[in-house]
Amino acid sequence: MIEVENLTKYYGPVPAITDITFQVEKGEILGFLGPNAAGKTTTMRILTCFMPPTRGRARVAGYDCLDQSLEVRRRIGYLPENVPLYNEMRVTDYLHFVSAIKGIPRRERSRKVAEVMGDCGLLEVAGKINGKLSKGYRQRVGLAQALLSDPEVLILDEPTVGLDPRQIIEIRNLIKSLAGRRTIILSTHILPEVSMTCQRVIIINEGRVIAVDTPENLTAQLEKSAQVLLQVEGPPEEVVTILSRVEGVLEVERRDIAADHQVHTYLVKSQPALDLRKELAAAVLRNQWGLLELRGVSLSLEDIFIRLVTEEEGSAADHPSQSTSGPEGPDEEEEL
Amino acid sequence: MNLFPILQREFKSYFVSPIAYIVTFIFLLVSGYFFYTNLAWYAFVSLQMASSTAEGVHDLNLTDGVLRPLFLNMSIVMLLMMPLLTMRLFSEEKKTGTIELLLTYPIRDVEALLGKFGACLAVFALMLALTLVYVLLMAFYGDPESGPVITGYLGLLMLGAAFIARGILASSLTENQVVAAALSFGFLLLFWAISWATFFTGPKLGSVLTYLSLMDHLNSFSKGVIETKDVVYYLGFTFYCLFLTLRSLESKRWRG
Ligand SMILES: Nc1ncnc2c1ncn2[C@@H]1O[C@H](COP(=O)(O)OP(=O)(O)O)[C@@H](O)[C@H]1O
Ligand SMILES: [Mg+2]
Repeated sequence: MIEVENLTKYYGPVPAITDITFQVEKGEILGFLGPNAAGKTTTMRILTCFMPPTRGRARVAGYDCLDQSLEVRRRIGYLPENVPLYNEMRVTDYLHFVSAIKGIPRRERSRKVAEVMGDCGLLEVAGKINGKLSKGYRQRVGLAQALLSDPEVLILDEPTVGLDPRQIIEIRNLIKSLAGRRTIILSTHILPEVSMTCQRVIIINEGRVIAVDTPENLTAQLEKSAQVLLQVEGPPEEVVTILSRVEGVLEVERRDIAADHQVHTYLVKSQPALDLRKELAAAVLRNQWGLLELRGVSLSLEDIFIRLVTEEEGSAADHPSQSTSGPEGPDEEEEL
Repeated sequence: MNLFPILQREFKSYFVSPIAYIVTFIFLLVSGYFFYTNLAWYAFVSLQMASSTAEGVHDLNLTDGVLRPLFLNMSIVMLLMMPLLTMRLFSEEKKTGTIELLLTYPIRDVEALLGKFGACLAVFALMLALTLVYVLLMAFYGDPESGPVITGYLGLLMLGAAFIARGILASSLTENQVVAAALSFGFLLLFWAISWATFFTGPKLGSVLTYLSLMDHLNSFSKGVIETKDVVYYLGFTFYCLFLTLRSLESKRWRG
C-alpha cells in the first residue's frame, strides 16, 4: 500500500533523513519509532505530499507522491504533529469545511460529519470553538478531520503526545478501532505505544532506519538475558559476591536507588530461559539479609531502543544496562 | 475548481476577528470625511462663482468637484488599509501550521489561492459598497452623472484587486503578519508614487514609469472612461502577483 524507496531529504546541507526504505501492507498498523529529531515528521511530510524528497521516491496506493500528488492526497488522512486547527472555528463548522474541501458531496456531508464525531467522541464539544478545546479533544478533532472522506491510509504524527494517561489510552483504543480496513502509519517517541498498537515497528535514528520488525521479535531478538531485580538489606559487597555465585548468574549490577546505606537494589542478569528467582531468594535468606523485593524484569521496548541505538553506534554494546534508560526506565518494565 | 469552501471559510473568519470591522469602520470614516470636505468645498466654491462671475460655473460640476477627488482620496485610504486585510491570509496559516493540512488536502494550490483572494475581494467589495451611501447623499444635493460613478467604482474595485494580489504575495513570503503588511505597504507606496520620478528621468523612461504607476490608471476611470490600457494594467498586475504567489507556494514545498 505504501512503498518508500531510498528517501532522502536535505534541509540545507544536513540531511534530515537518509535512504529510508520500507513498505507497508494494506491493513497494517506500522509504528514509526524514534527519538526527537530522528526524521519521523520529515518522512510523513513527504508521504503526505507536503514537500518533495531530495532523492528517492514514495508511493501510496501505487501513485507517486510527487507526480500524482492529488491522487495520493485523496487517499490519505493526515494528523500533523501538534494538531494545527483553525482556532476561531467551531468544531462542527470546521469538520463541515474539511468535508467540503475533501470533496464529499454536499448532501452526504452532515451524515459523514456526524459519523466521525460519534466515532471520535466529539458530540459533547460539537458547538465549541477549536481554540478553546482541551488537548485531548483537540487531538480527537484532528483525528476526526483525518477520518473524513474515509481514507485508505492514515498518517498520524505523534497522536498521543501531550495527553494525560487516561486520554492516551482513549486515543490508542480509538486508533486500534480504526485498524483493519485502513493502513495506518503512526509515529511516536514513546516506546510502549508501539508495542500496544502496532503490528510492525520501524526504528529510526538520526534519519536512518536501524530496525524493522514486529514488537515481539524485536524483544526476543534482543532479550539476550533474563533479568531479576532484587532489593536487599545487607552489606553491598557481600551481597554482590554471594549473588554472583548462584549458578546461572552472568552479572550482578548494583543500582543505588534506596537512600538507606544498607538497602540496595541489584539487577541480576542470568542465562536466557532460566528462572533464578527461587535460588536468588534462598541465597539471600541463607545469609539472613532482609529480602525487601524480588521480581523478574523483561526488556521493554525502551531498552530495545536504547540497545539498538547504542549498538549501532558501537559504543556501549557491552553495557546495555538498565540504568542508562533514565528515570522512566523502571516505570516501563513489564512484570514477568 | 473546489475553491468555494476556502472562500467561504476565509470570508467568515474576517468577521470573527475585529480586523475587518475596524478596517471597514476606518475606511468609511476617513472617506466620509473626505466626501464631506469635498462637498463643502464644492458648495463654497460654486456659491462664490455664482455670486461673482457667471462664466466660471460651467467649469465645475459634481463629477469634477466632488466625485473625482473622492475616488482619489479613497484610493489612498485603500492603500493604507488593504495590507491589513491581506496580511493574515497565508502568514497566519504558516505561523499556526494549518498550512500543512491545507496543502495536503486534495485541492490544487491555485484553488487555495483563489479562494483566499476571492474572500478578501468580497470583503473589500462589501466595504466599497457601503461608501455608495455618500453617492446617494450627493444625489440629494445635485445630479451626479451615473457614468463616472459606475466606472469610478469599477476602477476602485480593480485597484483593490491589484492591492489584494500584491498583499497575498507578501503574505505567502513570511509567517510574520507585520512583515507581510510592511512588505505590501512599502511596495504599493512605491508603485503609487513611481511616476513622480518622471520630472528628472527622460520622457521615454517617464512614460514607462507613468504607465507602471498604480495611481495614474485611476484617472480615466474617475472621468467616466474605461480605457483598455488601464484595464490591462490592473488585471496584469493582479495576475502577475497571483502567479508569483503560486510559485512561492510551490517553492515552499520544495524548500520545506
Ligand atoms: N523546516 C526545517 N528546516 C530545517 N531543518 C528542519 C526542518 N524540519 C526539520 N528539520 C530538522 O530535520 C531533522 C528531523 O526533524 P523531524 O523530521 O521533525 O524529526 P522528528 O519528527 O522525528 O522529531 C531535525 O534535525 C530537525 O531539526
Ligand atoms: Mg516530529
